[in-house]
Amino acid sequence: MSTAAQRSPLPIKLLTNGFLIFWLILAAFPFLWTLWGSFKVEGDFFSKANWANAIFGRLTVEETGGSFTGDGYYGAWIQEEFWRAAMNSTILCFCVVTISLTCGTLGGYALSRSTYRYAFWFLFFALIFRAMPPITLVSGYLLPFYEWNLWGHLYTTVIVLVAINQPFTLWMLHSFFKNIPKDLDESAMVDGCTRFQAFRHVIIPVMWPGVITTGLFSFLLAYNDFAVTAMLLSEENQTMIPKINSFLGTTQTKGNVMFAVAAVVSVTAPLFVMVMVFQRQIVSGLTAGAVKG
Amino acid sequence: MKHGTFFWFVFPSALLMLLFIAMPIVSVVLQSLYVQHEQVLIEVENCSLFGCETTTSVDQEATRALREAEPLGRWAGLDVYLNRAHLATSEVAEAWSTRESLGDFFSGLYNLPFYRALAFTLTYTFIVTPLTIILGFFIAVAVNSTIKAVRGPTIFFSLLPFVITPLVGSLVLFWMLDARGILGAGLQWLADNPDLSVKASTPLMWIALMIYGVWHSAPFAFVVFYAGLQTVNQDTLESAMIDGANRWERIRYVVFPHLLPLVTFVALIQLMDNFRVFEPIVSFAAQAHATSLSIAIFTDLGGETRLLSSAAATSVLTIIGVAILLSPVMVRTYRDFGKD
Amino acid sequence: MKMWNTAILGTAMAVLTTTTALADGHGCAIDAGRVSIIGNEFPAIQTIGATAGECAGIEFSSNLTADHQTLNVAGMTGNPAEYTTAIVANSSIVALINEDVIRPLDDLIAEYGQDIPARQLITVNGQVMAVAFMANAQHLVYRADVLEEAGVAVPTSYEEMLAGAEAIRAAGIMEYPLGGAYAAGWNLAQEFNNMYIGHGGEFFEPGTANVSINNEQGIATLEMMKALSEYMNPDFLTHDSNATSAEWEAGNVAMMNMWGSRIGNLMDDEGSEEVVYSNTVVGGPLMVGDSGVPATTLWWDGWTVAKNISDEDAAATFQAMAHAVAPTTLNEETMGQAVWLMDGYTPAPVNEGVLASVAAGSRPYPMVPYQGLLHSALGDNIADFMQGNESAEQTLADIEAAYTSAATEQGFLQ
Repeated sequence: MSTAAQRSPLPIKLLTNGFLIFWLILAAFPFLWTLWGSFKVEGDFFSKANWANAIFGRLTVEETGGSFTGDGYYGAWIQEEFWRAAMNSTILCFCVVTISLTCGTLGGYALSRSTYRYAFWFLFFALIFRAMPPITLVSGYLLPFYEWNLWGHLYTTVIVLVAINQPFTLWMLHSFFKNIPKDLDESAMVDGCTRFQAFRHVIIPVMWPGVITTGLFSFLLAYNDFAVTAMLLSEENQTMIPKINSFLGTTQTKGNVMFAVAAVVSVTAPLFVMVMVFQRQIVSGLTAGAVKG
Repeated sequence: MKHGTFFWFVFPSALLMLLFIAMPIVSVVLQSLYVQHEQVLIEVENCSLFGCETTTSVDQEATRALREAEPLGRWAGLDVYLNRAHLATSEVAEAWSTRESLGDFFSGLYNLPFYRALAFTLTYTFIVTPLTIILGFFIAVAVNSTIKAVRGPTIFFSLLPFVITPLVGSLVLFWMLDARGILGAGLQWLADNPDLSVKASTPLMWIALMIYGVWHSAPFAFVVFYAGLQTVNQDTLESAMIDGANRWERIRYVVFPHLLPLVTFVALIQLMDNFRVFEPIVSFAAQAHATSLSIAIFTDLGGETRLLSSAAATSVLTIIGVAILLSPVMVRTYRDFGKD
Repeated sequence: MKMWNTAILGTAMAVLTTTTALADGHGCAIDAGRVSIIGNEFPAIQTIGATAGECAGIEFSSNLTADHQTLNVAGMTGNPAEYTTAIVANSSIVALINEDVIRPLDDLIAEYGQDIPARQLITVNGQVMAVAFMANAQHLVYRADVLEEAGVAVPTSYEEMLAGAEAIRAAGIMEYPLGGAYAAGWNLAQEFNNMYIGHGGEFFEPGTANVSINNEQGIATLEMMKALSEYMNPDFLTHDSNATSAEWEAGNVAMMNMWGSRIGNLMDDEGSEEVVYSNTVVGGPLMVGDSGVPATTLWWDGWTVAKNISDEDAAATFQAMAHAVAPTTLNEETMGQAVWLMDGYTPAPVNEGVLASVAAGSRPYPMVPYQGLLHSALGDNIADFMQGNESAEQTLADIEAAYTSAATEQGFLQ
């Protein structure tokens, strides 16, 4: 692939690689700093006295005796039972991704195959719906959800997250399906398949790459959501991000910031594995789709 | 596609959006047209361990009758939209009629919460969106030209700004940017000014927020563009090279047009997200220097007494703002729709 | 208030008698009913929640979260209400009273609450609406070593604090010796409230919702805040109480006005060097001007009972919560979590500031239906003045305009 790029002259190669290294430092430096700091005590992590303390950990040595401490991790995972939140997040993300993609592929496929104006208006309104600030939406849900006993459950939040992210999913999948040639399913229909059979037997086998890419983004949206999960989940169903927020303290009381830091660092590990496993599909996925806007 | 088939295919999505977005929007619009009932106040004596005080309270008996008579509240029409917290029509008119100069008028305008929020929101949107797209594009080109073995980790590290929750990500950056944090100290050293503090200066804070915005959403643009680059027609590139096109010309005339539809998609999403900028301001504790429409909604809903109508009106104004911002892109999509 | 002072003095001596009550922590059995708690999330409230959950025979759940204020009204509006009790403070109880979702407790006290000391009862218009269990206030914290080195006496007023700050700066010890939670928004508005009350100001025209802060006291308040901020780290508008405490622990601050509930963390040996934490001393509330009222506000946290629930659930909730705030809740672990109001509480040195604030006759944070609206308006507008962008009069006029528009929408003003 990209044979042209490999033939590029040395100065350009240096320039692009230099730029890439610069970007990677920019992107990863705060994370690496956090990773390093997560093994220190709070006084060092937020070293107001001198930033070099964050590297050498003066207070960490003073308070714990060693230059590294796992207290943040112990506190978050064992004392505060962060694993519960991690489990809830796993269930939530899995359900959101599955349902989002199921609804999204059906809708996105239909939108890409319809030539009527109403399909455009459908997409248009989906986009306008997305403009609604989520905090307003969520505060509107509260009363009816309490009234009908829907509040606090994981499944309610799953459905809400699916619904809120549906416009994004639809737009992305719609662009993807537009790039699968129409001849493919239309010839199947000429052979006597119904629209749904054509979709099942012809489109589904070729759509995975694009679906996986969209899935990654719906996963990240659900995984990082705070506005919805903080308001709609009861304490035992709490997911990771609201849990991390609860480590940060309130106006009148101090929190355990290092628990939050340790929690954030430890949940990036599974993400690394995920990105490594799926990166090929991500690329080939978007390759086939999303290219035509 | 037949109407019936289309209907059943989009039905699940449509139902979800109808129930959870369209209906709430209708109720939000309704809410914004009503205000709370007149509250009947009575003098009461409140006592606590800290002593007794004479103060006022809402007379529940008297207020209940009003509530039951009109469950939605008092009809206010567009009053909430036009009051000082929103479009502030009468304040704007007054600032115009009493202006000494155009600058005086604008500073009067800037003193009104809605226009102040709009000033930052629009600046942020129009600076961050193009920069995100440009940065994302260059990262995509650069990653695309590296050897395959390092691409996986490169993609992972490039995704980090998008993946780390802003709750902690911006907390860390906030401390780094402090005058004694590593970045803040670095800036002081670069500017050779030991008193330089990003958090104390409005212009520097705006710049910091925008840099954060670009940093945070560049990965999204990058992944989309990177994938787009995989489908650039190699034959066209080769023939362009044979024709003597240099590297820049190839990007300009072959790669860029190919990516244009993707740029539309990213621009659409980014314009909307940037217009609703919220998280950076909260996590950088920057309310003294910058506010946005979403911040206004957040303060209305987060206070001890929740201003539901006000929040609803700001939300509707946000939607209208987004619709105006996106209209050029949407008009183009409308024209192209149905063509192949 | 007097009652409580004597009670504290009394309990300080009588504490030994109550420690024998640890025999049965689970001494709470209720016939039936549902108890569901909504409240903020910090250790003292978690203790209350956990203790209420010990009661046998009830269906128990709790939701302790920082977003409690948004959830409690919605969760108590339905019938039956999702939450049978909300843990609130004197600022947040008014939203529940305004929406009419909590019930008077007098009948329940008569039946189940004879043991609750009268000082813990919060009455509105003669009816008990809440039972308080802890108190809080902002007060002076200072670095004994720095003050001594600069030859500064412990300040009792903001004027003395300013002079002391100048002396510390002049002595070259610290460039920015003062701290304060001046982050734009809630924190900054709270500092305004403190200072305005200290100047003897009244927020509203008596008996009405008409705001009246654009006056001499208002201007004096803003100017004092501005004068103090000259001695604060230039980033002060981004420093909430978390950041201010961190500044303190880093040894960058010599004097500040801080929440009593945060002092424990400042005085322990974590997060700061020995010279900082061992020299951290609490003072009383600071005075300002000549009004004779300290420039601080007193706070209580307490529990309420929802209106829209069955009598059985209300009785069960009352009993469980009464059990949670009984003296038996206090033990070695929980004693230091707050300034408790129960009999048997022994104050530690870290709590002296809150007690001194009470003893000095400080005013409580106003329990007024529209105070929250003014608080938001203050938080949104003061930063302009602090940055020198506009005059004090303009800022106060902006605050009044913002408040008036909000109060009109809420129906408090016509």
